[in-house]
Amino acid sequence: MFLLLFLLIPILAAIALLFIKKEQYVNAVAIAAGLFTLLAAVNIIMNKTVSFDATWLPVLNSRFVLQADGVAKILILLTAISFPAIFIATGKNQTHQKNIFLALMLLTQAGLMGVFLAGDALLFYFFWELALIPVYFLCSIWGGEKRIAVTFKFFIYTFLGSLFMLIGIILLYTNTLDHSFAIESLKHANVTPGQSASAFALFFIAFAIKMPIFPLHTWQPDAYEQSPTAVTMVLSAVMVKMGLYGIIRWLMPLFPDAFLAHANIVVILSVIGILYASFIAIRQDDLKRLIAYSSIAHIGLMSAALFTNIQIGVQGALVQLFSHGINVLGLWIIADIIEQQTGTRSMKALGGLAKKQPTLAILLVGFSFANIALPLTNAFVGEFLMFNSLFQFNPYIAAAAGVSVILAAVYTLNMVQKVAYGEISSAVNNMQAVNKNAQAVLIVLIVVVFFTGVYPQPLFDLTADTLKQLFVK
Amino acid sequence: MNAIIVSTLLGVIMMFVSWMTTSTRIQKNIGLVGMLLLIAANFLQQKGWWVINFDTKGMLAFNQIGLFANMLLFILTFLYVWINGDEIGKIGNHTADFFAIFFFILCGVSILTSFDNLLMLFIGIEILSIPLYILTGSDKKNLLSNEASLKYFLMGSFSTGVLLLGITLIYGATGSFHLAMPIVNPKTHLVNENFLMSAGLILLFVSMNFKVSAAPFHFWTPDVYDGAPTVFTSFMATIVKAAGFIAFIRVFEAQRIALGYTWPIILSFVIVATLLVGNITAVFQRSVKRMLAYSSIAQAGFMLFALYGNSIFNTEAILLYIVAYSLATIGLFAVLVKMKDYSFDSYNGLAKKHPALAFVTTLFLFSLAGIPLTAGFFAKYYMLNALLTAGAGLWLLIVAILFAAVSVFYYFRLIQAMYFISGEPAINELDKTYELKLWVIAVLIIIMGVFPGFMFNYLYF
Repeated sequence: MFLLLFLLIPILAAIALLFIKKEQYVNAVAIAAGLFTLLAAVNIIMNKTVSFDATWLPVLNSRFVLQADGVAKILILLTAISFPAIFIATGKNQTHQKNIFLALMLLTQAGLMGVFLAGDALLFYFFWELALIPVYFLCSIWGGEKRIAVTFKFFIYTFLGSLFMLIGIILLYTNTLDHSFAIESLKHANVTPGQSASAFALFFIAFAIKMPIFPLHTWQPDAYEQSPTAVTMVLSAVMVKMGLYGIIRWLMPLFPDAFLAHANIVVILSVIGILYASFIAIRQDDLKRLIAYSSIAHIGLMSAALFTNIQIGVQGALVQLFSHGINVLGLWIIADIIEQQTGTRSMKALGGLAKKQPTLAILLVGFSFANIALPLTNAFVGEFLMFNSLFQFNPYIAAAAGVSVILAAVYTLNMVQKVAYGEISSAVNNMQAVNKNAQAVLIVLIVVVFFTGVYPQPLFDLTADTLKQLFVK
Repeated sequence: MNAIIVSTLLGVIMMFVSWMTTSTRIQKNIGLVGMLLLIAANFLQQKGWWVINFDTKGMLAFNQIGLFANMLLFILTFLYVWINGDEIGKIGNHTADFFAIFFFILCGVSILTSFDNLLMLFIGIEILSIPLYILTGSDKKNLLSNEASLKYFLMGSFSTGVLLLGITLIYGATGSFHLAMPIVNPKTHLVNENFLMSAGLILLFVSMNFKVSAAPFHFWTPDVYDGAPTVFTSFMATIVKAAGFIAFIRVFEAQRIALGYTWPIILSFVIVATLLVGNITAVFQRSVKRMLAYSSIAQAGFMLFALYGNSIFNTEAILLYIVAYSLATIGLFAVLVKMKDYSFDSYNGLAKKHPALAFVTTLFLFSLAGIPLTAGFFAKYYMLNALLTAGAGLWLLIVAILFAAVSVFYYFRLIQAMYFISGEPAINELDKTYELKLWVIAVLIIIMGVFPGFMFNYLYF
């Protein structure tokens, strides 16, 4: 029953928001809902695996199954942290029809929670789509200049991907012995190797588009750039994790043979994606685009590590799911503050932030270090493990992927240098005092960054059961 | 049998109603009460409580699935009339006549859900079609409507001719009009002459494809749907098309065996052609009405999947699909009727001015596109499942979903116009009850999207 809270709190709050028009209450309701969800998430983490099971569609034998194992828990925690953080940090931004904006954000949260919790394939598909619809409206209504076309591209891409997944689900379902969508039944579906490979490919396309893996990534930088910043934060901190989560929760257990058979291709594609995104990131002048490409590179590394199918790599990716979310959230919040205050995202027009806003500059440096995965930051733990597994998988691929660490340092430090140091530019000179709420959120996040960087054991403990399921037969 | 007789009687009664009263409102209400009577009569037969019955020499056979299909189509017609009653009243001078026509069409529908003999199929199709030619041309002063009517009549009679020829050939091969044809021709004492049989079935297939507007026999559809008065387009695109599909399936459920391995090939060709033509052409339309016409072709492509297999899955799938598609289409046309012009631009900024209307329209579009939590999703799901169970190749499913993604392209153009483009929507005055009626459809779509089973619970228990 408790797991239902993760769906009910955001949905009820969203419905309530439709009727609240007063600006000052609107944000408070959203933040309160976010914090309640966070409390619930903390409670879940303290407990052992919990699940919920109810009849839903008896005709199809699909059940309303929610279950929180390690990988679900870590992503629920990330989602539960991200949303209130976003609400608090961007609460002061000017938005028209704010109540509807926040209501849609909360619906997105409910969809994401559903994706991470669903233990039934059809239910999973439902939530997978439900997380997408509100985002479509959010980006198309509140986004930048080219929002309609860009968001539509994003929508069509993901929708097509999810339809492929639907066929995959049906393909497995028709071959299950007890005609059920439960993971356990699908795992033992009576399929030929050929069918299994097809189903694997169908699922994989959906996840690959969502992550996104090269060459299916073209929707992403545009979508990140054109979305309102609050939505960009959701997209890059949480939503891309849907794809990785899908791999861990569905792809690995359901198609162990096809997974191994295709590991080489996917790892190589991922590494191409990493290098490609890193090189493009170096050339970017727009802060938002830079973070977007850097994010593609990081996600690529995680997908490569997952497909090595080596325990420490998967362990690293599991930890990195969380860490990457926190880091990229911090970077986005800083980028948003800078954009709100200076009116520009172009790095050429910025400079001298350290003199004008020392606290913000320190925070920027902190998150940048985490983005490069320096030791003591949270990202180091995950990346170290992931590179380790890639090296075991194939040293040459590991070497190629390793170049991305250097490239990450190049573009991140370049960004820090241009934004924080140098002469105070006119844009930066106009900056007012930084919004205290946003700064508080950033400080909390940076504490998380260094705490989990120095003492990552809680994250390992949290995900231990998922690893055990995947690797201990 | 109840439905056939009651609908005929009601049709005759409605013809004379205009003598008793000239008030459109009263005529409409009498029509609605008639619909309820018809539903009740069919319900009584379903339960077996009161059945008019006489020996039809095996021309008609009533089974629960046929009666259930009747029920669905009658209820859809009722909803359609309930919502569009006032608009129907605005066309022509004799509203009651249109209701008479509806009842005659429903008589045709009830024959098509229960025929057991190819002659009855022919009669059913004719009873269904002839009133439609009148409906199409009912906007007498409008040249387009006249053109559409004439076009429809010529093409329709031609296809009926093809149907008749097909039936004749089948009779030649088997010596029987019955659906369950004898394997040995009693006259010639030969095992079904294969060539005659196949040729007859192919002609039947062509003609049925024409009725359900499947490519490459779809050319009449856009013009007729576009030319006909919008309220009647809504009726033609939903209930009539659905009846066509039920008849289509009834004929080919058993008979496909005669076509052997060619059946999946022919059918796949038609399916892919229909999906291709419908979806790709719809993308380029400027008028919402024409877009909906092509969308109905595209949706027919999905409905054709039900012909692939021969199990209960197919029947369930087509019934669910019919309901989901019809509800959403009736809703969309009900909104379209209120528009001053039918371009996409006239929807600009609708969300600002009529948020509720824009919201329900979005739901209808979601349902047609097959987004979860709407009836359309489960309709598509059931279809794909039926297709896979029937042993179709994975490639066919992949083609289907590729086109489903294309369909999002044109359905979402309306959403973009309503929500993201600002402007003054060109919409006529709306009263609150009209919006309320649309909400009823929207709620039905959601209920079926969350619990698709409740419809079938009713069928089986």
